[in-house]
Amino acid sequence: MNRYPIWKYLTVLVAVVIGLLYTLPNLYGEAPAVQISSAKSTLKLDAGMLDRAQDILKKAGVASTGSAFEQNGPVGTVRVRFANTDQQILARDTIEKALNPNAAEPTYTVALNLLPASPSWLSAIGAHPMYLGLDLRGGVHFLLQVDMQGALTARYDSLVTDVRSALRDQKIENTGIERSAMSVVLTFSTETSRDRAISHLRTRNPDLQMVERTEGTRLQIVATLSQNAITAVQANALKQNITTLHNRINELGVAEPVIQQQGADRIVVQLPGVQDVAKAKDILGRTATLEIRMVDDSPSAQSALAAGTVPFGLERYQDRDGRPLLLRRQVILTGENLQDAQAGRDNQSQQAAVHLTLDSKGARIFRDVTRDNIGKRMAILLFEKGRGEIVTAPVIRGEIPGGQVQISGSMSAEEAADTALLLRAGSLAAPMEIIEERTIGPSLGAENISKGFNSTLYGFVAIAIFMLIYYHLFGIFSTVGLALNVLLLLAILSMLQATLTLPGIAAIALTLGMAIDANVLINERIREELRNGEAPQQAIALGFDRAWGTILDSNLTTLIVGVALLVFGSGPVRGFAVVHCLGILTSMFTSVVGVRALANLWYGRQKKLQSISIGTVWKPKD
Amino acid sequence: MEFFRIGRTIPFMRHALVLNAVSFITFLLAVFFIVTRGFHLSIEFTGGTVMEVNYTQAAPIEQVRTVVSGLGYTDFQVQNFGTSRDLMIRLPLTSGQSSATQSETVMKALKAADATADLRRVEFVGPQVGRELVENGLLALMFVIIGIVVYLAIRFEWKFAVAGVLANLHDVVIILGFFAFFGWEFSLSVLAGVLAVLGYSVNESVVIMDRIRENFRKERNMPVAEVINGAITQTISRTIITHGSTQMMVMAMLIFGGPTLHYFALALTIGIWFGIYSSVFVAAAIAMWLGVKREDLIKPVKKVEQADEVYEE
Repeated sequence: MNRYPIWKYLTVLVAVVIGLLYTLPNLYGEAPAVQISSAKSTLKLDAGMLDRAQDILKKAGVASTGSAFEQNGPVGTVRVRFANTDQQILARDTIEKALNPNAAEPTYTVALNLLPASPSWLSAIGAHPMYLGLDLRGGVHFLLQVDMQGALTARYDSLVTDVRSALRDQKIENTGIERSAMSVVLTFSTETSRDRAISHLRTRNPDLQMVERTEGTRLQIVATLSQNAITAVQANALKQNITTLHNRINELGVAEPVIQQQGADRIVVQLPGVQDVAKAKDILGRTATLEIRMVDDSPSAQSALAAGTVPFGLERYQDRDGRPLLLRRQVILTGENLQDAQAGRDNQSQQAAVHLTLDSKGARIFRDVTRDNIGKRMAILLFEKGRGEIVTAPVIRGEIPGGQVQISGSMSAEEAADTALLLRAGSLAAPMEIIEERTIGPSLGAENISKGFNSTLYGFVAIAIFMLIYYHLFGIFSTVGLALNVLLLLAILSMLQATLTLPGIAAIALTLGMAIDANVLINERIREELRNGEAPQQAIALGFDRAWGTILDSNLTTLIVGVALLVFGSGPVRGFAVVHCLGILTSMFTSVVGVRALANLWYGRQKKLQSISIGTVWKPKD
Repeated sequence: MEFFRIGRTIPFMRHALVLNAVSFITFLLAVFFIVTRGFHLSIEFTGGTVMEVNYTQAAPIEQVRTVVSGLGYTDFQVQNFGTSRDLMIRLPLTSGQSSATQSETVMKALKAADATADLRRVEFVGPQVGRELVENGLLALMFVIIGIVVYLAIRFEWKFAVAGVLANLHDVVIILGFFAFFGWEFSLSVLAGVLAVLGYSVNESVVIMDRIRENFRKERNMPVAEVINGAITQTISRTIITHGSTQMMVMAMLIFGGPTLHYFALALTIGIWFGIYSSVFVAAAIAMWLGVKREDLIKPVKKVEQADEVYEE
């Protein structure tokens, strides 16, 4: 009765082998590496860079120990490994010089990094080491400065549009509305229209502080935002940027990131996963802002473009392929008004398309602009580090009233996805700059690792000794089962590429402490069956089978708790919960199937089994 | 070796009333301390100040620790930040002191100890994050309670479900009471520990309930209290051994785990011992007071007979 069919033994064996294979990468250390990624969101890095980097290194005579291209969503990265840090730094400088001939305007980010040093055959089967959290290995810490001037400028720009349409609605004549530094200047030809404008704007925009002045013969109003309004603009800008950062980091799947406001205009970002500065910069450094402007395709503009001159009121920008276009200075919408951008398909033609969602103010402006400019082109401009580039310049086919905008045409699905990502990336309310970039010292991390590891080890040893003394051979079975449990847990965590934190290690320890429960239940039950006079073989079978119901019930209730922690927990609690839940599942397998397999293997074939080694079975004397 | 040579059924339920009264008083005391003393919440919940200090040579971490603790801080953290010459000091928010004056006092003391100390940065962690953490913690607690009640009600019976959850809440509140009474720091990891205890303690109650159900099936004519006593007696050896093993692990964390895991392990330790107590005396007793009967549990009797047939050859 205590025999497993061969497939069950095989299942256990396969679990052991998989456990070993996928735990193995964690035992190798890390190798110094250089990481190359694109510095501009409009430039995509593809697998061709791999050959290019190898060429550069070969020419310079720097020996690498391996290289790889990785595509993570839209972000392509090339990583090259080196034998030591001297080679690494030399390679970084060489590649940097070759890829970025103009240091002031880098097209690629070349950064130092650490890569797992596990052999390539392990990586080939997808066995990678776990990530370690900020508390275990330190991590990247950024301080981002939000450009509040930029946010205010954008606010004033949209205010110009706002005021202009307000005056037009009221039919108040004016000779010009312009932004001049941090104010809006309105010019009128008559006193009455100026007075009407003031009284109208005062009720319509209570945030505006207006001062009258006369410049020569021109009657003007200088309107500035009140202090309250400025504070509100800044607070909103910061809030939106934090949200955008959250989304971007989530899209890249960084575990347990910390994104918090610090002071009035700074955002702190902590990304566990240490020296991956290049990747983090890649996410955060894209300080893009978005603007929608009209394209001037008139014959005079065309000839100016051909002649290389830029007429007054227009600006020259290039699209992603380097073709120049002349755009009006006036900004119709900014990224602030763009709520979402998603790639999709046109409902009728099934062509690849980008769907934009505008907020209510954006939708109103967009309706007016599209109504007045049917047949003309509008350009979506992306600003990175002060330089603008045209993402797309579609023709307006008709009035778009609802704020739901679709851009389609000759795009491929991939281009649509890229454009959507760029537009989403552009929905930062204000540009940001990394003003501080640190790696949290690994001293505490190393200390935490050794503390976590030691406490788990000592606890395990104590349990093993106790089980051995108390349950003899069955104690050894239980201990082997427990060891297998650790192995499987680590393997699964490695497969999932989970981030291991100190609470995670604590959860491993706790899982082991609780997993022994299943073994104790089984062993006690077997003893009890023996006490009741069952034959040894029968007692083993009954012990395992009767304990199973209890094990299932108790583990399922524990799992409910684990899931709750997973759903509602944040930061360290989540890390704890993931390990806890997985540990419950692996422990059910190892203690019920794994230990049973051992017991069957050992005792199952002995037909006339007289006694089993499970410690003293004391029988009450009646 | 066998620890528990129990010949007779131990009459656990005989003293149930007295012990339940004791439990109730302990529970009330815990609630009293939670209400009057409140929790000593960590920076994660309350916000706090982070200072960055630079030294010309490797920063004297131990010296800084003594200096800062000399100023009356108890739950601060000092760690290397970036280079070995940079230190990050995390201070909790103290009412009546702004983050500016707080860092000033600390810097003055640090300068007195080592003149090369140079303040690089003062940062402030706002309390808004904490509110969200508290909300999520309470949501998790609710989810757990509802989940357990539903599961136990389906798998066993509503009386057991209620008894199990009350016993667990009793444990959780008592742990919280300890933290409130001793003023131990309540951090996110402690929260995780407390919620883990909730699961752990249910686990314990389930094992006993399982046995009670089984004994109801076997002994058709035994009084309810006897059945419960029998079930607890039969599982007591497993209870002690399992919890002893878990406690060994937790003890290792308590001793070797360092300050970060200290209170986590402490919460678990309290939880483990009160978990044993509550599942034996509280959960079973409440189920008994609620009037659990054989008929409540013997409904799925057909299923059981089927299961039994498997063993009989």
